[in-house]
Amino acid sequence: MTAGEKTTRRKPPLGIVTRPGSSLRNKTGPWGILRPKFDWNKCTGCDTCESICPEGCIRHLDKKQYQADFEYCKGCSMCAIACPADAITMEEEHR
Amino acid sequence: MSATAFTYETSRGFFPGHRACAGCGQSAAVRIVMEMVGPRCVVVNATGCLEVFSTPHPESAWGVPWIHSLFENAPAVASGVEAALKQQGKLDDVRVVAFGGDGATLDIGFGALSGMFERNHDVAYFCMDNEAYMNTGVQRSGSTPFAASTTTSPAGRESFGEDRPKKDLPAIAAAHGIPYVATASMSYFADLRRKAKKALSVRGPKYVQVHVPCPPGWGYDEKMTVDMGKLAVECGLYPIVEWENGEVVRVRKIKKIPVEDYLKPQGRFRHLFRTEQGKAQIPKIQELADANIRKYGLVD
Amino acid sequence: MRKMIEGSRAVAEVVGLCRPEVISAYPITPQTHIVEELSQLVADGDIDAEYVRVESEHSAASVCLGGVAAGSRSYSATTSQGLMLMAEVLYNIAGMRLPLVITGVNRALSAPLSIWNDHQDTLALRDSGWLQLYAENNQEALDMHVQAYKISEDDRVLLPILVCMDGFILTHTYETVDVPTQEEVDAFLPPYRPLYRLDPDDPYTLGAFAGPEMYHEIRYEIQRDALAAKAVVKEVARDFQAAFGRWMGDVVEAYQCDDAETIYVAMGSVIGTMKEWVDARRAQGEKAGVLKLRCFRPFPAEELRQALAGAKRVVVLEKALSVGGYGILAAEIRAALYGQPNTPPVHCAAIGLGGRDVTFDTLDETEKRAAAGEMDFFAGLRTELLEAS
Repeated sequence: MTAGEKTTRRKPPLGIVTRPGSSLRNKTGPWGILRPKFDWNKCTGCDTCESICPEGCIRHLDKKQYQADFEYCKGCSMCAIACPADAITMEEEHR
Repeated sequence: MSATAFTYETSRGFFPGHRACAGCGQSAAVRIVMEMVGPRCVVVNATGCLEVFSTPHPESAWGVPWIHSLFENAPAVASGVEAALKQQGKLDDVRVVAFGGDGATLDIGFGALSGMFERNHDVAYFCMDNEAYMNTGVQRSGSTPFAASTTTSPAGRESFGEDRPKKDLPAIAAAHGIPYVATASMSYFADLRRKAKKALSVRGPKYVQVHVPCPPGWGYDEKMTVDMGKLAVECGLYPIVEWENGEVVRVRKIKKIPVEDYLKPQGRFRHLFRTEQGKAQIPKIQELADANIRKYGLVD
Repeated sequence: MRKMIEGSRAVAEVVGLCRPEVISAYPITPQTHIVEELSQLVADGDIDAEYVRVESEHSAASVCLGGVAAGSRSYSATTSQGLMLMAEVLYNIAGMRLPLVITGVNRALSAPLSIWNDHQDTLALRDSGWLQLYAENNQEALDMHVQAYKISEDDRVLLPILVCMDGFILTHTYETVDVPTQEEVDAFLPPYRPLYRLDPDDPYTLGAFAGPEMYHEIRYEIQRDALAAKAVVKEVARDFQAAFGRWMGDVVEAYQCDDAETIYVAMGSVIGTMKEWVDARRAQGEKAGVLKLRCFRPFPAEELRQALAGAKRVVVLEKALSVGGYGILAAEIRAALYGQPNTPPVHCAAIGLGGRDVTFDTLDETEKRAAAGEMDFFAGLRTELLEAS
């Protein structure tokens, strides 16, 4: 499909399609009041927290250095309970 | 604590910003599966929690091509997508994956699922099993375990809750002779990753049923999701098994804990510990677990 | 090429010429010959498509939905109970604005069970967003499929189409038809170019749910586009005539209506009988005319008003009724004429339900009873059965 062809076609009708990643504009961080605090000294790098986070908002900067994206963290605390090394504690966030 | 904001690479399968409950086992499981599926895929999704919380127009948490049609036709829509991709010569490159809840898969979509298996479509179907129609408010499905209280099989003065055992859909899938069938648990995520990868590596119909704990539906504190999943497996009520071409090829051995350890922390089983009628069901539940253990050789 | 073949065979051949990539099939009388002929064409390599032998009509439509969404022109055919079973999916396809053509072989609805022709099944889908064309004979049925893909896939439309043809009467009769060549169809109908599709190189989310803040507007757009599709139906019919030399009307076809005092309106194969009957009435000195409603959705209100403008009486003959309400066709025609100056009385005769034969006697009775002032009646009623019950 050439660029010229593309510009002559209509836009999709309202409500029919939406683009990938458009959920990112919905910041779910304000849902909860608890935030995970990662103790990198205790961390064994097992990757449990990053794997089981329902939001996918935990990632490792480097081996044994994990952090969470508070813009999306709902404060469910699954990571803290699941961590086999007890390296995550939940703290109340003060806004 | 300072806020950390990430950038999310566009090749991601499943983005944050979706509206799943905090502590949702299903959304973690879907993320894990999508990591293994990768970007070269089409996802077909039945109506249910996952579909609703991931796509309120105009927001979508999906980074890959994704389609939702109706409640009971995900297997049939997936069959059509597969047929189209096959005809276009793209099926080696673009994989077809389907997601459906237990209600969509075991009940209303049962016929379509069987048809998809029987016709040998190259589709990997992942059933997210939270054991009830959760999105509509925790009504029982064919997958609701024996004696669980749901909103349509509630515990009451004359009832101990769900009076039927779980429909054994993995065995039914295996009976179709499809190349790969597996049960998995969101709590054993490395195992789930392996099974998702295995399912995608096989051609033909694949069925993976993933146990996904649900905090509001099961009645436990949302932070305990991973523990709940492990208890279900370790007591024998959710056997973790793999079939290839209809034969059991691998099981996950368990340490075996009493079923009470799993039932007691959940609101949906609370009535079993309060009434005489309820207490009388616990040995029956234990027998169901023991039957699984015997059948699959779950204990050494 | 002209050949004498069964109506079902004609449809199967022409569908093949439209180059569908995905065909889904679930058998149900009297659609069966269409899907059987198609499967033989695929088995012989005459059609290059994935033929999916689904386990129900609900899945037949769903397979087409998936096929089109993934970017492949798709096809299925069904009737009666099958159409009812796939109804949920049909609403879904229209709502998702996916182009598709399904042959709606017209058959009565159970209960009681009937395999014979009437229009109850496809008319039950009139609210769904599907466009509907009704064929008078096998040639038109064949031609309509080619036109239907072109209309459906047009950017101005993006709505699926039911090509309706009477079960047994058309599907199982042999007529001489002119089947176009592959080159002719290719020149008229280009390959399907989806506006959006399931493609990892350009990913979309299709089928998100819409809240009350936008569902209203989404329906406004579908109604706007469905009404605007009328112009495309007419345009494609004209283009078809230019390319293939055949014209059977666009949204309506008026036969002997110019000076007609009584105009008889109907859809489908009964039109053929009515044209002959009107010729006979004309020979008797009566000024009768036939108006064929070719396109039921979108409903061509303006063209109907123009065609019926000079009539002193309109008699609608229809093979469906909305139980507890009115004849379906008559209700819509009366609505179209509402508020017009000098509106003629619009009579409604239910005919041919469940495959009851429509003969000159039926039409004579209809004429008499309308002339006597009856507004809504069942023509050809076997009163001896009713007295016995």
